[in-house]
Formats: sequence, structure tokens, C-alpha cells
Amino acid sequence: MTATTSPRPAGLKPEDRGPQRRAGTGGIRRGEAASGWLFTAPVLIILGVFLVIPVIMALWVSFSDWGGRGSPFSSDVHFVGLKNYSTILNGGGLAESDFGTALKNNVWYVIFVVPLQTALSLVLALLVNRALLRGRGFFRTAYYFPSVTSSVAITVLWLFLFSTTGTVNQVLAWMGIKGPNWFNEPSGLIQDGLSAVGVQNGPAFLTQNSFLGVSFWDWLGGPSVAMFAFIVMAIFTTSGTFMLLFVAALQNLSPDIDEAAMMDGASAWKRFWRVTLPQLRPTLFTVLTLGLIGCWQVFDQIYTGTQGNPAKTTLTPAYLSYQSAFQNQAWGQGAAIAFILFVIIVAFTLLQRWILRDKKVSRRRQRAYSVETAARAKGVAR
Amino acid sequence: MQRHTRWLASGALAVATALALSACGSGFSSDSSTSGGKLTSSNKSLTVMIGSSGDAETKAVTDAVASWSNSSGTGAKVIAANNLDQQLAQGFAAKKPADVFYLSTGSLAGYASNGSLLAYGDQLKNKSDFYPSLVKNFTYDGKLYCAPKDFSTLQLIINDDDWKAAGLTSADYPKTWDQLDAVAKKLSTDGRTGLVVSGQYERLGAFMVQAGGNLMNDSSTKATANSDANVKALDFAKQMLNDGAMKFAADVGAGWGGEAFGKNLGAMTIEGNWISGAMQSDYPNVKYTVVPLPEGSAGKGTLQFTNCWGIAADSPNQKAALDLVEKLTSKSDQLGFAKAFGVMPSIQSAASEWKKLYPQFVPFLDAASYAKGVPTVKGASDVIADLDSKIGQLKTSDPKTILDSTQKNLEALLK
Repeated sequence: MTATTSPRPAGLKPEDRGPQRRAGTGGIRRGEAASGWLFTAPVLIILGVFLVIPVIMALWVSFSDWGGRGSPFSSDVHFVGLKNYSTILNGGGLAESDFGTALKNNVWYVIFVVPLQTALSLVLALLVNRALLRGRGFFRTAYYFPSVTSSVAITVLWLFLFSTTGTVNQVLAWMGIKGPNWFNEPSGLIQDGLSAVGVQNGPAFLTQNSFLGVSFWDWLGGPSVAMFAFIVMAIFTTSGTFMLLFVAALQNLSPDIDEAAMMDGASAWKRFWRVTLPQLRPTLFTVLTLGLIGCWQVFDQIYTGTQGNPAKTTLTPAYLSYQSAFQNQAWGQGAAIAFILFVIIVAFTLLQRWILRDKKVSRRRQRAYSVETAARAKGVAR
Repeated sequence: MQRHTRWLASGALAVATALALSACGSGFSSDSSTSGGKLTSSNKSLTVMIGSSGDAETKAVTDAVASWSNSSGTGAKVIAANNLDQQLAQGFAAKKPADVFYLSTGSLAGYASNGSLLAYGDQLKNKSDFYPSLVKNFTYDGKLYCAPKDFSTLQLIINDDDWKAAGLTSADYPKTWDQLDAVAKKLSTDGRTGLVVSGQYERLGAFMVQAGGNLMNDSSTKATANSDANVKALDFAKQMLNDGAMKFAADVGAGWGGEAFGKNLGAMTIEGNWISGAMQSDYPNVKYTVVPLPEGSAGKGTLQFTNCWGIAADSPNQKAALDLVEKLTSKSDQLGFAKAFGVMPSIQSAASEWKKLYPQFVPFLDAASYAKGVPTVKGASDVIADLDSKIGQLKTSDPKTILDSTQKNLEALLK
């Protein structure tokens, strides 16, 4: 383990590792290993009982025909291979199209929520971080407030705000706009936009072909109006938390670099993009990862709010997993959905890590910063 | 050396995990279920889990169970579940289920097929007294699994003031689909629609039955979703939607038909006898009349909904549980429940007395002879939920396409 995580210079012999090697063997550090295990035991046991064992059980359930009665490990539960997974991914039935619909809804949710909440929280952080702002403490608290309120309470509030005769629609009415019946409107935003310019039905190659039982035309339909209300809610509630992370990161930045850039004549806009933002990269990674994971696991809003309605457009994989297991007694399928969701989250996190990696500066870029170019640029300026 | 200890440690952890898992396994799984008609009997007290509609129902059931407990000497406790499906599932998984519980037609097949339920129907003393259509609802694999608790049917609910204001009399109560459409048009005004219903199969299915169809046959062994009768029914509903004579509750901003009716967003609605309770508590000033739904080409028709008293196969005291269920489905107890929370007794011998007590709701009980149940095959509730999600857009979609996909989904369940 150690060898893989902390790379050492090549050619270092094991003897050179020094004190570490003696850890378990004897001498003054004798017994350290035992007490180490002793002190970590409570956490290991807690993690094992509440995390590792349930996960292993769920994994087994996803490969078995367990029907919800008695232990999943009893002798009358059988291994069914990938049957549960194939029903969901390629069964051709309702299970497949439900999963496709849930995935479609959640993809749109992620596409809207993650960039918007990250951008908004960064903007809020920059605003409340300014030394000039009066009452910074008040604004920080105010923006953070939605994050500490329970999501169930906010969902109920949202149901009222976005009802047919709710506040949102009344405000829209002042502006002469007839608001939609938010939580009962299943039409997709992009399809709505297209039908406004006269496109009612998609081209045949989109409507005839499908993936996971959902036609490509529907995949591209955008989040439903109902889902959009949830998207707004997610941005509203989470941007406060992420603002806090950004504020912490911003306060860690040393002002020297910013000042140096200022002396070099960089505008505020340039300083933000070229100086501040690159330094925030680790925080950006944290925020995007947390946002992504949170978005793929959206459950409580759906459970308390719409339960997948209208027309299954707010169904999410997490809620579908619960529904198939507890309501339809399809425990294997429910567990399988949970593990597919797990794979999706891990895949997205890795992808995003790869995109945000520290890249080598390209030749072209390097040239822009080289001494001659800078001198030449100065000469031109003169 | 160090690497060695690590391997040892992780090996030990793996072994420990495996041991813990197998310990879990042996902990839950006791001997296999008792079958063969012999009921378990012990002096253990009973747990009764109900999904209650409110305090009135909880109190009525608690009192009835307590009086049984006093006379039988067996302890019994009533638990009003917040989420019945989930709490039942937890009990079954832990092999410590509630002994007696409410069970819906939708979950019967799931629990019956995994062996969670005791099929005690044939041992009921009052078996022949239950309405045959209800017995059919709770028959799975040829066995009656549980005793119908009570039932409800759909009928047409009419707002008396709106009716009079439109110049209509009791002679105008609609007898056919065309008449329904005509009066609904007459009752539609600004801000009020003639007929407002919840946009789902559980309401519009009544039209299917009137046309001679339903999603499945009575014993839920054959899918008949895309039959001509069903297409005709949805065509009619679509026509009324496009006429403006009918709207779905969600589209007028109401949660269900009863809310739209109470707020007078609609002059008529199609609901079951549970509406009496809602009207009494939420809209006590609205005067209304219950009349039979109009007849379709196949005569009278409506849908019925019911629950039963399930008994767990893992219950240690099935004998007492059966005794309790017989008491709870007796005439006196069922009439008590009817009084407390407005349900209709599931036994025929209580009908005449119920009708005497509630003359205004007689059409609901009269429907027992012609009402049809909703499909009960395992997974049907999912298919119906899918159908409901499409019926929401009935106005702009093709009924035949909707029903074809439901047919496909139902056929997949029967394989």
C-alpha cells in the first residue's frame, strides 16, 4: 500500500526506509500495531456493521431472487446472475423504460443544477468576500440559511410557492405572464420551446429509436416544468453551502499574487479568470464532486413532494430504487438500480477529476509568458 | 514483513466480515414456514398494523381490537403505520411481521408469491357472506388469502346548488354517456367545469367497465387493456376533455376530485364513498347528491376498491389472529366502522341495515353487484401508475396507443 501511494525515488532499498520498518518488530515501538488496531477498532466495527455489511448484503440481493421475506442469506434465496440488471437495462418492459425515464430526468437535473449552483455559489462567495461590503456577516448568514433548513420543510414551502395560485404565479401575473401549473406540468422545457416555434413532433430518427425504452426525442426533451421547479430549489438550497467552501478558499489566497497581477496591469476581470480561479481549482473540484453526488442521489424532495409525478417526469433512480423495493417487492431490481447509480456516480467523479487535472501548459501558452514575448508586447505598447 | 501483517490483517477482517454475515443469515432464518393448513397457536399477544385515514379510523379499530382482547384474553396492540408498505416490508424481512394487517389488492400478489401471507380464507366461518366480487379480488393462485375488510365503489357526485342553478331537476340525472356530456356542458361556466375528476385509471376505468371492458379479466389472468370497449371509453373521456365539459383535477389546481368538487371548481365529480368524510370535515356547507354513474353500451358499471385483513405466515399465533379477523369482519364491527369512518361492509348480511342507516349513499352499495375490481397480478400497480401518467395527457394523445402499451406491460407480467 505505502509503496503505491507515496512514490519513492527509484533504487531506494527497503533497508533505507528507516524507522517505519521497525514498527511491528520490537524495540521501543513494540505493541504499537496492537494499540493502533485497538484504537481504530470502534470505527472499523461501526463502519463494518453499518456500511460494509449492508453494502455487501445489498450487492448480494441485486444478484439474487430474494423476495423480501426473511434473511437474504437463507437457503431458499437463489443466485440469479445478472437477471435483475438485465431486466432494468435491457428487459424491454416497464422496468427498463422506468429506469430510462428516471435516468433521463436525473441527467437533466444534473446538467442544470451542477453548473448553476457552482457558478452561483462562486459569485456569492466573491460578493461576500469583498472587504468593502457592509454587513458581510449578515449576508453570509442569509445566503447560508437555506442550507441549514431541512429539505422536507423547503419542499413543502416550494409546493406552496409553485402551486397554480401560488406566489410565483401571482408575481408572474403582475408581469402579464400566465404561469404554468408547475408541479403538474409534465412537458419538457426544450420540447416546449420547440413547439413554441411550431415543431410538434420530432424527426423520425429521433422518435423511432430509443435507448433504455425512452425515445431519443424524449431524452432530448429537457427537464419537465415540474422538475425545473426542483432544479431551482436545489440551486437555492445548496449554493449557500458551497459558497461557504469558496469563501474559505478565497480567504486562504494570499493577496500578494493578486496585487502583483494588479501591478502588471491586469484588469479585475482578467485577475479573476487568470489568477483567482486557477488557485481555486481544488475547491472547485470539491464543490463539483459534492454537487454531482448530491444531484445523483436526489430523493427526499421527490419522496415528500411529487413521488415521481407528473407523468413520471420527476422520477429519479434513487426514488425508483426505493419504489421497486418497498412498494413493488422487486428487491433485486431495487438493489440493482442502487448499484448502477453507484457506478454512474463513480464514473462521473473520475471523468471530472480527469477534466480538472493539472494540465501541462501547452507550447503556445508557454510562449505567451516567455520573456521575449512579454518584452515584445511591451515594445508594441510603447 | 510489514506487508505481510497487512495481508494478515485484511484477511482477518474478511473472515470476520464473512462470519458476521453468516451470523446475520442464521439469525434471521428460522425454520421454514408452517404450511399445510395447521395454524400456529401460542399465548403471544398480537400486533395489528393498519394504514389509517385518520384519528377516527385508528380509534375505531383500536376499540374493536381492545374489546376482542378483553373477551378472548389474548393481548393485542394496534399500530397505525405512517407508511404501511414500508413498515410491512421491514417486518417481513426481519421475520417479525405484524400478525394482522391491512393489505391492499395491489400488494397481495407480491406478498402471497413470496410466502409472507397465510392463506386462511377457507377457514373463515363467514366466508360465504362476503361479496363474491371481493372474494375474487383476494384470490391468488386459486386460494382466498384474506378476508375483505370493507370496500368502496365509484359513483357520480353532484353539487345540488349548481344543478338547480342550471335549471336541472332530478329527472335530468344522466343515464347515458351522451346525457352526461350534455349536463356537464350545461353546468360549465366561467371558472367552473361540469365534471372534474382525478385523471387516472382509478376513475376513468369506470367508463371502461360501462363499455364492457377493463384492463384485465376478473381473475387477473388475461390482459384485455386494448380491447375495443376500453378504447371507446377513453375516446369518450377524451371527447369530453376537448369539449371542455370535463377537466382533470390536477389541471384546475386541485389534488383530487373531491377537493375540486368541494371548492366548486367542478359541479360534478366521480369519487367513492370516502368523499362523505372529506365533505363533512372540509366542506360542510356543500350540499350534494350521489347518483349512479351513467350506463354505457354494456349497461351499468363502476370500479370497486378494497382492502383485506392479512395474516402473516410467520405469526406465532395465527389461531388467535384468525379469531380476531372473524370478529373484525362481523356485522356489528363492520357497521361500527361504517359509522366511524364511512366505509361499506364487505359482508352481504350487513347491507340492508347499512342502507337503512345511510339512505343517501345507497348507490355506492348497490354497485356491489356490478362493480369490477382493479388488476391484482403482481406488478400491476406499476403498470397502472404508468397508465395514469399517460392518462394525464389524454387530451392530446391517442387512446389506442396508450392502451396498447398498457396491454404490452400487462402481458409481460403474466409471462
